[in-house]
Amino acid sequence: MDTDAVFKALAHHERRKLLDRLFAENGLTLNELCKGLKMTRQAVSKHLRILERANLVATLKRGRDKEHYLNPVPIHAIGERWIGKFQRRHLGALHDLKNRLEGEKKT
Amino acid sequence: MSRFLYVTYIRTTPEKLFEALIKPEFTRLYWSETWQDSTWQRGASWKLMIPDGRVGDTGEVLEIDRPRRLVVRWQNEFKPEMRAEGFSRCTFELEPMGDTVKLTVIHEMEVPVPDSKFIAGVSNGWPAILASLKSLLETGDSLEFTKRWPKGM
Repeated sequence: MDTDAVFKALAHHERRKLLDRLFAENGLTLNELCKGLKMTRQAVSKHLRILERANLVATLKRGRDKEHYLNPVPIHAIGERWIGKFQRRHLGALHDLKNRLEGEKKT
Repeated sequence: MSRFLYVTYIRTTPEKLFEALIKPEFTRLYWSETWQDSTWQRGASWKLMIPDGRVGDTGEVLEIDRPRRLVVRWQNEFKPEMRAEGFSRCTFELEPMGDTVKLTVIHEMEVPVPDSKFIAGVSNGWPAILASLKSLLETGDSLEFTKRWPKGM
């Protein structure tokens, strides 16, 4: 895994927004992803390429359409690198508590 | 969503990766001590066995093309709400890329189920299992928390 590519890909809010959309609804085509976004089609397409190169998005050709899937494998590997095996459960509980207190907010 | 797709790149050969996907002595190490019971012929029955002896999932081998492609028809057996959703299909594709193999795992319901509990379940499991498989093949050791079947599951 190219860790630099993953962090660079994640360092842009529009790209994180695209990942959020795929997290909410996986398997969207470029047209579907563009809906409701202020970005141009070209910009979305460019961001998707960067995400794909970092292996954060994987694609599947279905007929003429290309579906985009959030590929959580590299993000999982980042977690694996710094989160110890005994911390996992505590972090999960802390994360749930934070979400409950703040409402489901994303940045 | 009734489908999930994962891609990971593993520094190994397609032959080794294929073996690691189906052989009990490998899957027990990175797939929570489970093993698959099948003769691995097209049309053969397939079972995912839980270490305590329960049958976790059942199905059949739909396609097998060593070391490139494996498609398994797959139904959960140990959780009634998942079993009720019917059969899923899990496709493994192995493609050599330089000194790595690109492994694509597609897991989808045969008949789309809105908010599928089965897909939610496997999509929670696959990233960890694949990361552990990668670690096993590249370093000789799998990830700690995938070495045991989760208590109480």
